[in-house]
Amino acid sequence: MRDTREQRTIFQYVDWPILITVIGLMLIGWVSIYAAVYNQEHKSILDLSQSYGKQLLWISGAFLILVVVLGTDYRIFEPVSYFFYALTLLLLALVLIFGKEVNGAKAWFEIGGFRLQPAEFAKVATCLSIANYIGNSGLRFDKLLHTIVPVLMIAAPLFFIMLQPDTGSALVYFSFIFIMYREGLSINYLLLIAFSAIMAVLALLFDKVVLISFLSGIGIVYVLFARFKMRAFLNYLPMLVIGLFLVIAIDFIFHQVMEPHQQDRINVLLGKETDIKGIGYNVHQSKIAIGSGGFHGKGFLEGTQTKLNFVPEQSTDFIFCTIGEEWGFIGSMVMLSLYSFLIVRIITLAERQKWRFARIYGYGVASILFFHVFINIGMTIGLLPVIGIPLPFISYGGSSMFAFTLLIAIFLRLDNTRKLVLQ
Amino acid sequence: MMAVFLIYLLRLFYLQVIDESYATLAERNAIRKMTVYPDRGLIYDRKGKLLVVNKQIFEIKVVPRLMNEAMDTLSFCELLKLSKLEFIDKIKKAKSYSPYLPSTFLSQVSIDEFARIQERLFEFTGFYGESRTVRDYPSPIAGHVLGYIGEVNEKHIEKSNRYYQMGDYIGMAGLEKFYEPWLRGVKGVKYQYVDVYNRVQGSFKNGEIDSSAVTGEDLHLSLDRDLQQYAEQLMINKRGSVVAIEPSTGQILTFVSSPTYNPNDMVGSKRSKTFSKLYRDPTKPLFNRPLMASYPPGSIFKLAMAIVGQKRGILNPSTTFFCGSGFNIGSLRVNCNNGENHGVPDLHHAISESCNAYFCHTFKNYMLNRQLGNNYETYRIWREDIMSFGLGKKLDIDMPNELKGLVPTNEFFDKRYGKRRWKWTNMISMAIGQGELGVTPIQMANYISVFANRGYYYTPHLIQYLGKKKEVPKRFLVKHEVADRKYFENVLNAMQAVVEHGTARSAFIPKIPILGKTGTSQNPHGKAHSIFVCFAPRENPKIALAVYVENAGYGSLYAAPIASLLVEKYMTDTIKRPWVEQRLLEANLLNN
Repeated sequence: MRDTREQRTIFQYVDWPILITVIGLMLIGWVSIYAAVYNQEHKSILDLSQSYGKQLLWISGAFLILVVVLGTDYRIFEPVSYFFYALTLLLLALVLIFGKEVNGAKAWFEIGGFRLQPAEFAKVATCLSIANYIGNSGLRFDKLLHTIVPVLMIAAPLFFIMLQPDTGSALVYFSFIFIMYREGLSINYLLLIAFSAIMAVLALLFDKVVLISFLSGIGIVYVLFARFKMRAFLNYLPMLVIGLFLVIAIDFIFHQVMEPHQQDRINVLLGKETDIKGIGYNVHQSKIAIGSGGFHGKGFLEGTQTKLNFVPEQSTDFIFCTIGEEWGFIGSMVMLSLYSFLIVRIITLAERQKWRFARIYGYGVASILFFHVFINIGMTIGLLPVIGIPLPFISYGGSSMFAFTLLIAIFLRLDNTRKLVLQ
Repeated sequence: MMAVFLIYLLRLFYLQVIDESYATLAERNAIRKMTVYPDRGLIYDRKGKLLVVNKQIFEIKVVPRLMNEAMDTLSFCELLKLSKLEFIDKIKKAKSYSPYLPSTFLSQVSIDEFARIQERLFEFTGFYGESRTVRDYPSPIAGHVLGYIGEVNEKHIEKSNRYYQMGDYIGMAGLEKFYEPWLRGVKGVKYQYVDVYNRVQGSFKNGEIDSSAVTGEDLHLSLDRDLQQYAEQLMINKRGSVVAIEPSTGQILTFVSSPTYNPNDMVGSKRSKTFSKLYRDPTKPLFNRPLMASYPPGSIFKLAMAIVGQKRGILNPSTTFFCGSGFNIGSLRVNCNNGENHGVPDLHHAISESCNAYFCHTFKNYMLNRQLGNNYETYRIWREDIMSFGLGKKLDIDMPNELKGLVPTNEFFDKRYGKRRWKWTNMISMAIGQGELGVTPIQMANYISVFANRGYYYTPHLIQYLGKKKEVPKRFLVKHEVADRKYFENVLNAMQAVVEHGTARSAFIPKIPILGKTGTSQNPHGKAHSIFVCFAPRENPKIALAVYVENAGYGSLYAAPIASLLVEKYMTDTIKRPWVEQRLLEANLLNN
């Protein structure tokens, strides 16, 4: 990591494919917001009183961030990461006291006419800190004890965000599991998590008595076939314990801890309830908008579902509906391809890093992006529950735009360094 | 990751390319086929006074999701004159219907009230006003005649070949129901883009495929508003009916079913409340008595006996029968009222003094008239003679739910006594209008019109003419012949005597010759019903009336004076006997 050459311009060694893709996404987002809230009285896409006008402001701000980060000395990111992390934690704590409640979550600072969502920036800070900690501490994930610090690092902001409560932002923190996996966390843990997730869904779908008997039944059959060998028994035991624990815990959490609206959303998703006027309304309308787009889409500004307000939050969380409606399957495919390309490119570049900090950070960036796209689009096409979470670079909003730009910009800066080092 | 995105791609392919239902759903969402509702036709009385008009009212709608969480609830409640509790309750209801779709927050807001509310309504996001047209009744009368409108149900839609759609209004009772095809007009269609709150965002294809609505036709009724109102007043606190007909045309002047209700209470959302209240009322205000209540006609039936007797040669004006305070044959005995002995009355006296014996003899001789055939054939002919007066069958008037009444058939008696095991003695009480006979008040009014006309009637009806072309349904112009004019003069003489010095002196008015007949119909459930039928004046009769007051005793006590006041009101537009009016207005017979 020794700097051998000075850069001539800040963009000299920047990874253009990533930069161009990001800029492309930003422009698509800007135009989509314009289409989503299109208004005869404010036809200019530059009208600052409308959200599309403002989004252009945010995009300009994002460029500023990009330029500043690319112009920063790369050595500053490691030492600054913990400080940044501490600052965002403080903001997350303060927002619970001074924040403004919007849609039932206390997630926003309101300063002047602007709103700031600290949770967006906390992702960046957590990503940096974890990269810093794992990258420089020489810890090994095959040792269970070593994982405690990073897990706590993830848990702290998660805890504050759950208090807001903002389930969507909180879920994103699970994306850091991918980093740990990349850095040596046993596949068994991931399988355990996958098993837990499946058990959790089953626990919601079926009665716990049925499930417990089912689990025990499998266990008995398994042990019989393994001819009562001690080893088979030991293999099975943790599964049984975890399975039983989950079934009971999920049942408890679902009925005792969750708010009724959260229960409803899960019920609608699992198909246990259909209520297209109430809870399921969002998803139903969202599917109508996307589904009515057809193969080619209805054409720019020709979409009716989003413009006429049938889809709620059409410029933020449900922005994908506008794209699906006006640009059809082709547009949706292009979007998914762009994101795939972006994420694959980031992972590829991350793999090339010699610098462990940069590699881990890159994985973090890719994971966060993937999680956002996964949850956001999954929600609009009715495969996941309605969880408010922005589509990176597309959804309207300053905080998420700045945070994602910061996330990518830092990675570009780190990657930039690699090339400098190589030459 | 790739696997996830591939799944998403497949899902998107399914949603967007394979499943086409979403495109239709989207169209249904955004392009609304808006029905343009025509104004319903108005209803006028015979003098051109408005009975039913359309009134614009407003509904305040709410979309819960759009409400501002920090809204000033207190000033909003003040604006709408609601209590905080009502507010919370209404919002809760709206939310439980749907947080995203508009639901009615407050209905029945008058146009003035809305003007006041509208000035500040914009401050409260999520709330907006929507206008609707409802029926309004400038004078709250004739509820049973006019009927009411209400939202169509699945059955109406089915029956109309889907002309009606959910949310349409249809006449549910009375004239609103009967003349529905005239009143409703023609719906127009407008295709528009609407947003999620049903707000119009522009027209579809510039309105090229739209069509405009055609206003419904007005009804011009034969009903006389003032007479109707007066009759309803006189019937307050009494159970019964008043029906007045213009004999020369069959047009109904007054149609009262008492107790009645205020038609304004049957409007919009008030209706269900009113309805359930009226439904539970033991005096049965919803029961349309003139059309549906079948009573024994009592002594007024003797007039018909006098005509059919003459027609079949059993009677002539000088025929006399012996009255021994009643009719006695073997063990069979029919008393005259109060055991009065009428001596040897002729037809005139038999009517004016209402001698039961005389008409029992007439009935017996009719039945034993072997020139007409055996017992059963004579009865069949008698029944036809009686039914020619419009009794025991539907008159086919222009209102729904008319009942037949009852003049029993031969089969009726076959069933009761065994085939051909009955004869005139079994049914002698019908001779004086008691027994099995059932007659509705509308039939009684039509019946007395036959006497006013000396031998014919026109089907009673409530309309004078329909719409701008002044149409009158043909069936109301058909003359129904009953009997030859020559049989009537002496009966009319006797009817005049009834009022001038007979049983209905209480109906006498100087200078206006009223011809009538009282009746008292026994009933097992309480005091006898008080009946009076009459017409006036004798030459060129203008009005024929049937008044039926349940459980009020003799016809002369209540029915006759009520009828005479109505005749006086109609003919002279003044009341010269305020003491009579006073007594009747104050009488309360509901608990008899």
